[in-house]
Amino acid sequence: MAYLLPSLPYPTSFANTVYILFFYCIIDCMFVYSMCNSVCVVAQVRPLHGSGCGQQQEAVGMETRPETVSIFRTQENDPACQSEQHLGQYYTVPASHFHTVFPHGLPPRYQQQVKTFNEGCVMVRQPALELISHLKRADYINPTLRYLLYGVKGSGKTMSLCHAVHYCSTQGWLVLHIPDAHLWVKNCKELLPSSYHASRFDQPIQASNWLRNFRTTNEHFLSKIKLRQRYVWTKRESTEEGRPLGELVDMGVSRVKSSSDVVGAVLKELRLQAGGTEGGFRLAVAVDGVNGLWGRTTLKKEDKSPVAPEELTLVHNLRKMINNDWCGGAVIATLSQTGSLYAPSSAYLPQELLGEEGFDSMDPFIPVPVSLYSEKEFESCYLYYLDHIHFHHWLQHPHSQTEEGKKELIFLSNRNPSVLERLCAFL
Amino acid sequence: MKCSNIVTQMQMLLLSTYFLFSPERRTANMAASGGRTVGSFLWKCGNCCFNFNTVSSNLTRQVLSRQLCVSAVLHRKNLAAAGPEKFSEEFIKKQVEEFNIGKRHLANMMGEDPETFTQGDINRSIAYLFPSGLFDKKAKPLMKDTFTKALAVEKHQDRLRGKDLFTQDAKQISLVGSRWLLKEELEELLVETISEHDYARFIQLMERLLSLPYCSVEEDFVQRYRRQLEIQSSKQQVQPLQYDQHGVAYSTGDGRRKTAMGTVLLRDSGSGSISINGTNYVHYFPVLQDREQLMFPLHFMEVLGRFDMQCSVSGGGHSSQAGALRLAISRAMLSFLSEGQVETMRQAGLLTPDPRIKERKKPGQEGARRKFTWKKR
Repeated sequence: MAYLLPSLPYPTSFANTVYILFFYCIIDCMFVYSMCNSVCVVAQVRPLHGSGCGQQQEAVGMETRPETVSIFRTQENDPACQSEQHLGQYYTVPASHFHTVFPHGLPPRYQQQVKTFNEGCVMVRQPALELISHLKRADYINPTLRYLLYGVKGSGKTMSLCHAVHYCSTQGWLVLHIPDAHLWVKNCKELLPSSYHASRFDQPIQASNWLRNFRTTNEHFLSKIKLRQRYVWTKRESTEEGRPLGELVDMGVSRVKSSSDVVGAVLKELRLQAGGTEGGFRLAVAVDGVNGLWGRTTLKKEDKSPVAPEELTLVHNLRKMINNDWCGGAVIATLSQTGSLYAPSSAYLPQELLGEEGFDSMDPFIPVPVSLYSEKEFESCYLYYLDHIHFHHWLQHPHSQTEEGKKELIFLSNRNPSVLERLCAFL
Repeated sequence: MKCSNIVTQMQMLLLSTYFLFSPERRTANMAASGGRTVGSFLWKCGNCCFNFNTVSSNLTRQVLSRQLCVSAVLHRKNLAAAGPEKFSEEFIKKQVEEFNIGKRHLANMMGEDPETFTQGDINRSIAYLFPSGLFDKKAKPLMKDTFTKALAVEKHQDRLRGKDLFTQDAKQISLVGSRWLLKEELEELLVETISEHDYARFIQLMERLLSLPYCSVEEDFVQRYRRQLEIQSSKQQVQPLQYDQHGVAYSTGDGRRKTAMGTVLLRDSGSGSISINGTNYVHYFPVLQDREQLMFPLHFMEVLGRFDMQCSVSGGGHSSQAGALRLAISRAMLSFLSEGQVETMRQAGLLTPDPRIKERKKPGQEGARRKFTWKKR
């Protein structure tokens, strides 16, 4: 265990030295018998803080017993039960739920991290808690409330959204999660003119992909919800009234040509039935990168003239969804500059990213600002990565375990979550 | 070598007999017997060349060497073809007889008894008759003067050691902060031109002098040929700290790199926030390398979370802007640091402006170094 012994930059008294040695004996025992990583009780990594940092001691806790719960993880895996005391701590999304709840919603780097660490841990942060508390308290008779998460690039908006989505799914809501609205307004190879409406364009591939993921997320609802209207697709095909939603979705997945219209139909049905008293369910519409729905697209028609977002079926239907003319659910949206088109990289406020039109459509909404890591949150994240030395050898550089190394990390990342993650990725 | 000695002896012997015999005593008999033999000896040995051959018996060696010498001289060209010479017994006997006769003559000359004339007597008589300068003391090869001096020193040291007075005094001349005279300076001092080799030799000798144990005795001599180096850090102008209305210390610094110019306002008792041209530094420098450049001066002096910075930078690219800001930060930090820390910063290279600029494009080439594509024809 000599390799774990950090070189302390200040002279340690005898008591401190004894304490450190005692601590390392404990770590040795911990390492030997705690091999399962989902329930790891790692004692706090005390020497890193040093006895000089007084304010951090309160945050860390005063436990000196070996069976302490680690300060950066919590056992409370249910988002509904999480509260302020869990702020800054990581909770694990159970592996069984992981693929059903988040088939497509997570940021790509986070997905890689999940694959590497073999566990999906999400930090409990203030914006997500605020959002969840709003969702708990809101009454669903009034028209839907719209929440907008905004913040600088890499501050954790998508992760907060996913946290809220996890809450909704554990509460039995029907989740409509659009991973990135920007994907629908750019890089589309096939643009078919819509059969339903002459001037609109279909995007079959994106629509069918989304329907597939939608099906994975909401399996249990598909058989329960019945259609209220008859839909005619072609001369020979139609879906009758009263058929389960699942059939519609399957049809949309298999018949790629009409998948965009199927999406529109699904959205319409859900909108109508969301707040209903008989067999009512709550509907959560989670849209990431909602500023992509207004603005410009990079798609072009055959005569090289640009396509406006309204002319896309998917976007049109989604906009109708976001309008607050239905009740029985909530709309949670995030702004995203990363995938946005024609937006300057320094823009992060709603006004800048949504534009006039978008702002007017979204208005009124509840803004939820997402900030960079606070001291405590940074601490947690740092310890989380550090913890993975024992099991996954994540932060390998010995200097990163020292106080100096931590200060360097703070400086270089300015406590920006994504920057920190990228930094630690190759340390 | 005994054979060569013998040959020389023979030579001397014959010469002496030739000269000592006065003409009037030369009777026909004498001439016939003694002269002939002496003459034959002379003839044989006069044209001798020394030949080293290993023959077991002394006599045969002498005879053989004589014979070989003669044959080598006479048949020089055919030596290789001839092969080893074979001597007849009769010839050998004849040579031995002649040698004995010559020996008796020599004994007569010396006034000694011919019967008991040994080889040692022959040697002594030849040495008496032909005094050679080879064995004189003054003809011995002498060693040069410096070595004798060194030997004398060693002897002195040994004497001291014998008396237990020999102490290894390790007092060294302090050479820190000075350098040897340059060639031009030495020329100026000695008022004569010096070649490069001479100068190199001079430096070599001085270094050797310094390596000797008691060199501190000659410290004045050595210091005459050394110049003090100026302390670089004393050239650094450190501006005093300024205080704003809340009593917070601040200082400014500016730096340049390539074409970028940056200024920094460093404020004390801050939290480590940095704003560049009004935006956050993580946003302004998305590349990690640039942020590391900004971090370096603070991290080196271990003041990472202490200062707040407001920077403005213009010109150049992102890398040169980062370099310019780094220099500006280091310069601004000088007011907060002590002398020793300033020196460490200077030695770390934080205070040196980077002199590299874009190299000029030359005519006949595509770029500064790149030549046009070479076509063979």
